[in-house]
Amino acid sequence: MCGIVGLFLKDKALEPKLGSMLTDMLVTMTDRGPDSAGIAIYGSDKDSKVKLTIQSDDPDADFSTLEKDLENTTGAQVSMSVKDTHAVLEISHTRIDDIKSALGELRPNIRTMSTGDIIEIYKEVGLPKDVAERFDVASMSGTHGIGHTRMATESAITTMGAHPFSTGSDQCLVHNGSLSNHNSLRRKLKREGMTFETENDTEVGAAYLSYKMQNGSNLGEALESSLEDLDGFFTFVVGTKDGFGVVRDPIACKPAVMAETDQYVAFGSEYRALVNLPGIEDAKVWEPEPATVYFWSH
Amino acid sequence: MNEINKPKDGIPQTAPIKSATFTDPINAEIRRAAATGIYDIRGGGAKRKVPHFDDLLFLGASISRYPLEGYREKCETSVTLGTRFAKNPIELDIPITIAGMSFGALSGPAKEALGRGANAAGTSTTTGDGGMTPEERGHSSKLVYQYLPSRYGMNPDDLRKADAIEVVVGQGAKPGGGGMLLGQKISDRVAEMRNLPKGIDQRSACRHPDWTGPDDLEIKILELREITGWRVPIYIKVAGARPYFDTTLAVKAGADVVVLDGMQGGTAATQDVFIENVGQPTLACIRPAVQALQDMGMHRKVQLIVSGGIRTGADVAKAMALGADAVAIGSAALIALGDNDPRWEAEYNALGTTAGAYDDWHEGKDPAGITTQDPELMARFDPIAGGRRLSNYLKVMTLEAQTIARACGKNHLHNLEPEDMCALTVEASAMSGVPLAGTNWIPGRNGDY
Amino acid sequence: MQTLDMATTELREVNSTLQSQKADTNQRVWEVINPKGSHAIACGLDGPIEVTVRGSTGYYCAGMNKEATVHIDGSAGPGVAENMMSGTVIIEGDASQYAGATGHGGLLVIKGNASSRCGISMKGIDIVVHGNIGHMSAFMAQSGNLVVLGDAGDALGDSCYEARFFVRGKVKSLGADCEEKEMRSEHIEILKDLLERAGADAKPEEFTRYGSARTLYNFNIDNAGAY
Repeated sequence: MCGIVGLFLKDKALEPKLGSMLTDMLVTMTDRGPDSAGIAIYGSDKDSKVKLTIQSDDPDADFSTLEKDLENTTGAQVSMSVKDTHAVLEISHTRIDDIKSALGELRPNIRTMSTGDIIEIYKEVGLPKDVAERFDVASMSGTHGIGHTRMATESAITTMGAHPFSTGSDQCLVHNGSLSNHNSLRRKLKREGMTFETENDTEVGAAYLSYKMQNGSNLGEALESSLEDLDGFFTFVVGTKDGFGVVRDPIACKPAVMAETDQYVAFGSEYRALVNLPGIEDAKVWEPEPATVYFWSH
Repeated sequence: MNEINKPKDGIPQTAPIKSATFTDPINAEIRRAAATGIYDIRGGGAKRKVPHFDDLLFLGASISRYPLEGYREKCETSVTLGTRFAKNPIELDIPITIAGMSFGALSGPAKEALGRGANAAGTSTTTGDGGMTPEERGHSSKLVYQYLPSRYGMNPDDLRKADAIEVVVGQGAKPGGGGMLLGQKISDRVAEMRNLPKGIDQRSACRHPDWTGPDDLEIKILELREITGWRVPIYIKVAGARPYFDTTLAVKAGADVVVLDGMQGGTAATQDVFIENVGQPTLACIRPAVQALQDMGMHRKVQLIVSGGIRTGADVAKAMALGADAVAIGSAALIALGDNDPRWEAEYNALGTTAGAYDDWHEGKDPAGITTQDPELMARFDPIAGGRRLSNYLKVMTLEAQTIARACGKNHLHNLEPEDMCALTVEASAMSGVPLAGTNWIPGRNGDY
Repeated sequence: MQTLDMATTELREVNSTLQSQKADTNQRVWEVINPKGSHAIACGLDGPIEVTVRGSTGYYCAGMNKEATVHIDGSAGPGVAENMMSGTVIIEGDASQYAGATGHGGLLVIKGNASSRCGISMKGIDIVVHGNIGHMSAFMAQSGNLVVLGDAGDALGDSCYEARFFVRGKVKSLGADCEEKEMRSEHIEILKDLLERAGADAKPEEFTRYGSARTLYNFNIDNAGAY
């Protein structure tokens, strides 16, 4: 059970402020999710390289020589920027697979949070305010982003149990609710070759969407079929390279508020998350319909 | 030797054997379902045999531990509930409370008797799925007001008159189910209190109408505290479903007290299939709930009340030794009032049942005049005498629990520990986390499978 | 008029100030500024005062209201005026889900749209929505009137008892045991009065009445599919 925030900017002038606006929204959702927090931020695609966001529980040891070690092993050029327990590796498209396999050998304990041209995912255990500070989310710029605060229901409070979950290149998923058929679905997806890091129901939702998209569905179709195949209560927000989507289960008990102005589209589990956005007084504010897939893209 | 397995022509015959799967009661139920097309509805809790407190024993004291003298050396029984956030926690003389039972399910005089008995014994009683009656408030010095999905009779005046508020998420008899009150019991007064047409079959909602999940519950609790000025404790009652997670989430949502009701806990009426097949035995629920509180550093700060099959002072002592702060009784209190008393045997027989088995409370024909709204039957029940029986029983249970605690060398019931007990069966040992008698073995805990 | 500023005043103080105004108070007009979507604002009021909340509110604004008039000059979050007993709650903007849930009395006016479960389990409250209402509205509604000038979403009045629903626009679907009913003169009278009190510019004759078909009041195996 959780809080979700999302912000999709139409006005380029706001892009430098994306991180600070999203941080403010995230912190208002602390009561809904005090256990862990995470954010997916979609930055700029200026250098045409792939971004690999990784996480380590022992960042000093794992990250200190990683850049060099990867270059020595693969011969590929790697640029790394470290943010607390996370680091973003930028690599050319042609060498991403080599880097991934080298990373697995050199630092088997490192975990991949996201891969894509522009996405970066940061998530950790702790209060949303502290998590946002550790990664200095407020200083980040970008076109859109999604944040999540988690109150764990059944699965453990861990970094990997925090949201967002990566569902593919430049894609991620956050969830508020509780699925009721995720164990069977996890077993089914495992047989199909999907891998799992946690016992979290949302990870099953994420893997389900990934699986559908690997098998020919686009994101919209995958979300449509989730309404059939996932049982339980959910509000999902999915991030894509050029925007985000929202879907609620047919019962739609878990809260969701949207706001739109000429400058942005925003999502919040509660209106409180939206109150400090510019021009919110005159924004179009509404609640997404149940069992309906919404998308906003650039 | 009877006729059917008598040798025929000098040859011994196969004896007729009834199926252990298709038993007489099962077959009768199949025939009943086929004839009527409706599931069996009844009151009470699980009747099937499940591991229970009877499967635990106390070790007592001897040379390594020293007992306390009965009566002369004190053994305290008091408990304070709701110390976390409430300005006015509830202070009880004994750790045995009366569980929520509705006016509607019970007659007005029966509710009055519960209040009288609880008062005399120094404990609290609880409303139910039908609102608060003036008789009940008047006769209960400490009254817990239940906040249920149906919200029948819910109003801010009664809320502010309550000594504590119990947000009911679930009930041991039917985790995930709503209440039922069938037409026979929707009398004029019940109909008016619940704002329903007289004589209908009322089915309550299973989820609260205006919140779902712990993140919303936290806000609901804020509202209830704001309306009551943060004065009274907020209990959250959960069924024995996933006690570790449910206890954790109740505490995260802001509960002062968690009430945990195992599958033997009763109900006024629901489907038999629900009562017998959903939920965990009380014995299996306590340790995970206590573990959850301990993991958050909240054991004894958020109090745990356990219910579902508490019958004796030994059960009270055992629940407390497993980590509960108090217990609640429902079915046992009704029996103390006179429910299922053999003195009405002829009338039970006329209803097709027998004393001790009568559970068609929803039909409103209770010969003892307790689970009914029929004025003639209700008149059989004297609330003053009933209250006296209940207070006697509560006092006996307390004395029994003290007897055990003193034998274990405890000057307060709260000082009983799991280590004061042993388990008689492997099942009870695994469920309660208490070692099997004569061993140090707890299946599933210390590795020695 | 007295002003309470939530930018500088704690929720507890705002509510205890408003809650302590009883029948004999001479401070009858209040405003709450900077609500910023906070929860449980002006809940549990118990006197004939007028409170205007300038801005949008979170969950359970005006919850369990008695006698007071609460005006929300913005939109309301989930469960606005839940379990209201009497008085009036007016929302200038939209209302989120569960508006007027389990309300026992009083009048709830929503000038914009109401989301899902509007009037769920209502027990005597009157609700007038100038716009549309969402799915599962008036689920298990027991009594009172729900008036909708716009359209109703899926499953209106599912498992309802004796509550009345008046809808001017389209109903996407009716819930189990809810049916269209004849609009008789007594219903026109009820509706006329409610529209007037809610400041709604509509004619009673434009509405269709819905209510319980009463087929689920007592269990019947032939209705099992509806349970």
